[in-house]
Amino acid sequence: MSTIVKPVNQKAWWLILPVILCVAFSAIIPLMTVVNYSVQDIISPDNAVFVGTEWFASIMRDEDLHAALWRQLLFSGAVLCIEIPLGVALALSMPSRSWRASAVLVIVSLSLLIPWNVVGTIWQIFGRTDIGLFGWTLARLGLDYSYVGNPVHAWLTVLLMDVWHWTPLVALLAYAGLQSIPEAYYQAASIDGASKWAVFRYIQLPKMRGVLMIAVLLRFMDSFMIYTEPFVLTGGGPGNSTPFLSQYLTQKAIGQFDMGPAAAFSLIYFLIILMFCFVLYNWMLRVGTRDSGASHD
Amino acid sequence: MTDRSFLPRKRTVFLVLYLVFALVPIYWMVVMSFKTNQGILAEFSLFPREFTLDNYRLILSDPSWYMGYVNSLIYVCMNMVMAIAVALPAAYAFSRYSFLGDKHVFFWLLTNRMTPPAVFLLPFFQLYTTLGLMDTHWAVALAHLLFNVPLAVWILEGFMSGIPREIDETAYIDGYSFPRFFLTIFLPLIKSGVGVAAFFCFMFSWVELLLARTLTSVDAKPIVAIMTRTVSASGMDWATLAAAGTLTIVPGAIVIWFVRHYIAKGFAMGRV
Amino acid sequence: MARIDLQLAHSYARTVRSDADYALLPLDIVFEDGGAYALLGPSGCGKTTMLNIISGLVTPSHGSIRFDGVDRTRATPQERNIAQVFQFPVIYDTMTVGENLAFPLRNRKEPEDRIRERVGRIAEMLDLSGQLDQRAANLAADAKQKISLGRGLVRADVSAVLFDEPLTVIDPHLKWELRRKLKQIHHELGLTLIYVTHDQVEAMTFADQVLVMARGRVVQQGTPEELFERPSHTFVGHFIGSPGMNLLPVEMREDGSMWLDGQRLGRPETHQLPAGPLTLGIRPEYLHLAFGSGPDTVPATVSQVRHVGTGQLLSVRVGGHEAKAYLPADAVPPAEGAVVHLALIGPHTCYYRNEELVA
Repeated sequence: MSTIVKPVNQKAWWLILPVILCVAFSAIIPLMTVVNYSVQDIISPDNAVFVGTEWFASIMRDEDLHAALWRQLLFSGAVLCIEIPLGVALALSMPSRSWRASAVLVIVSLSLLIPWNVVGTIWQIFGRTDIGLFGWTLARLGLDYSYVGNPVHAWLTVLLMDVWHWTPLVALLAYAGLQSIPEAYYQAASIDGASKWAVFRYIQLPKMRGVLMIAVLLRFMDSFMIYTEPFVLTGGGPGNSTPFLSQYLTQKAIGQFDMGPAAAFSLIYFLIILMFCFVLYNWMLRVGTRDSGASHD
Repeated sequence: MTDRSFLPRKRTVFLVLYLVFALVPIYWMVVMSFKTNQGILAEFSLFPREFTLDNYRLILSDPSWYMGYVNSLIYVCMNMVMAIAVALPAAYAFSRYSFLGDKHVFFWLLTNRMTPPAVFLLPFFQLYTTLGLMDTHWAVALAHLLFNVPLAVWILEGFMSGIPREIDETAYIDGYSFPRFFLTIFLPLIKSGVGVAAFFCFMFSWVELLLARTLTSVDAKPIVAIMTRTVSASGMDWATLAAAGTLTIVPGAIVIWFVRHYIAKGFAMGRV
Repeated sequence: MARIDLQLAHSYARTVRSDADYALLPLDIVFEDGGAYALLGPSGCGKTTMLNIISGLVTPSHGSIRFDGVDRTRATPQERNIAQVFQFPVIYDTMTVGENLAFPLRNRKEPEDRIRERVGRIAEMLDLSGQLDQRAANLAADAKQKISLGRGLVRADVSAVLFDEPLTVIDPHLKWELRRKLKQIHHELGLTLIYVTHDQVEAMTFADQVLVMARGRVVQQGTPEELFERPSHTFVGHFIGSPGMNLLPVEMREDGSMWLDGQRLGRPETHQLPAGPLTLGIRPEYLHLAFGSGPDTVPATVSQVRHVGTGQLLSVRVGGHEAKAYLPADAVPPAEGAVVHLALIGPHTCYYRNEELVA
């Protein structure tokens, strides 16, 4: 954008009012309910005692929670490190015209459209060494692979499954971002004698900054909250292990049918994600500003 | 035309490799759908030993199965239209104007996606029961706005901010009214963003299970909920699930097919 | 700086069946080294196609293009060493102004001190010296266009600078400043400049030679004066000038006299005019009101008088046709409905047959 400052216009609130109504209607009331539950001990539907921050304190002291939290961060980190570059590379190699573009678009998007429990189910069979292609191949290669017995294998399988399932999200966003770059930029770069790498670094990557930020935030959030796919795959983790934070919290809280701690866990979960996203968001904005100088705020 | 292929030969190899990677599990699912349960569990085979269409026959003939697809399609399309319609003006506001609290509201929108939907189950259940909207398509369509609207706003805003303000100003100087400018000039310029936002709204709503299952019982039961029928005390009905899963891909593939012109080869900046 | 020869035609269609398939009908044009040219015409006339063929972004389907005698028909823009400024500013957002300007030279691996010197010179010429360390993305549109231009000029051996309607997104009050800057640069650097526009004011003020294009061909090439005084085609007469040339259908008789709708206009001085129907063209600037009726005047009724900037525009009806005439601002205009007398035949009058100039 070439103008440095956006005009101040409080009337713009009218334009965002529908959005606020939609989301607030869906979000604020339930949120208030959750906060309400989180500070009470609900012994029975009619008997609820106010306990303040007792649930929150006990959660924060929980050692197992800390371990689960680190494992989850590692998972989300791995997801981002693999899916973002892979998605961008995929977007760069997808054709932009003709029937080929349409066919590739459809094939790439297929994995996104499968309900998550079915994804888990497919990989459940897929990973079995007796009847699944993936497991069978690994066994034939001499690897002692078992996602059922070995927590590390389970963790890695979920990672692979996630990469297979969600990289197309990054790719589609990056692809759309690439397609919006006007032809003139490439023409100018050609005239300036820029190398293919320079075109990527100075034109394509900067112009994809917006979509990449969305991709990073989305993938972080969704991978941090991941529940269905690993649950279906492992039925709750090999043995007693619970590699994923969501499983850990679900087991602890809902397994005991206790609304109070459950609500408290939900809030803490939310706050952790919020904090990381906030940090990521501001970091990416600052990096972008230093580079491009045109932040959208 | 300018050749901007990034290492063309390697690019094609990489693309083909990825496409294979993407298709193999899908191939696996499709193969499973043509087997029987015994066939799946008995042995490893790349191709069905006993090829059967029974799974598809079951789904396509039983209304309690195929109505699931219809229901899902209804509320997903409703949601997609509403989300985009509401997100477009908001994204424009965030992109073009600065106003009190704009940065905070923008970030707040995204926070609605930061909670596992399980948190909202009980409150939503109570809310929609009170409103008398339980087991309707409207309930699910509205509930899904929670996570789709922020996503649509974020995506659209990103694309809109890529269009220089001079385009807006030149159009006003040329005498365009705002609606005419928005529809005939602005939207075509951001059509990649609209295409991808629409597809994502479709996709996230289509696959969402928890809310959709909680808010419906009979009339509006979506396919994602019906598919869980395959898990029962007598074991998993893998084959039917695979067939249902394969059929699930079809509407989404059609949607992508329709928006492909929007996503691919965005409008190049031409004469204003 | 180069001399560019075009002997080509271009069609986007696979097979050419008729003239309509051509985006550029067969042409033979020379752009002299160091000249400032404008390609002027309405949308769709082929001017942008021609520009893209010169720059190398489009390869002509027929014929060739030569730079200083060397055939460059299949060469890339980089090989032809041209520079192009687009309709909207194209800059590298992540770089500063200085880095933007240095980019083409860095890609050529020129030594740093040469780059710095060259960038400094061009920046000074474009009044960008104070902003070299600023991020390019933050500047206004006119500054960005200057950067786009600067990237082209920074190469000392650039063969030609091509402009594709570069002032489209510039604020109107800044346009004249950029135009002035372009003329200054042309004067200082002596580069071949080719400028595409649909705005005749831009074309006429910028260029030494204007090529008026319509429907895929160059209708006339000449200096702005030539185009104004003696348009070789009724299209040029009508397109150039605001308002354009008055075009009236007349009849040339055997006896050498000219008639408009049964009224005698006079005897044109030139004797080459063929008998039969012709079109008489006279610019409003040259359409004078006679003091009274005479043998060489024809009556007309005033339909409207309007003040327009530097003068007054008179709309008249003469023999069933509309015409316009300019009066000086201080003249006393006739009233609406009054009858005036026009001297249509004069030294500035042009005569056309089948839209082509005959005299």
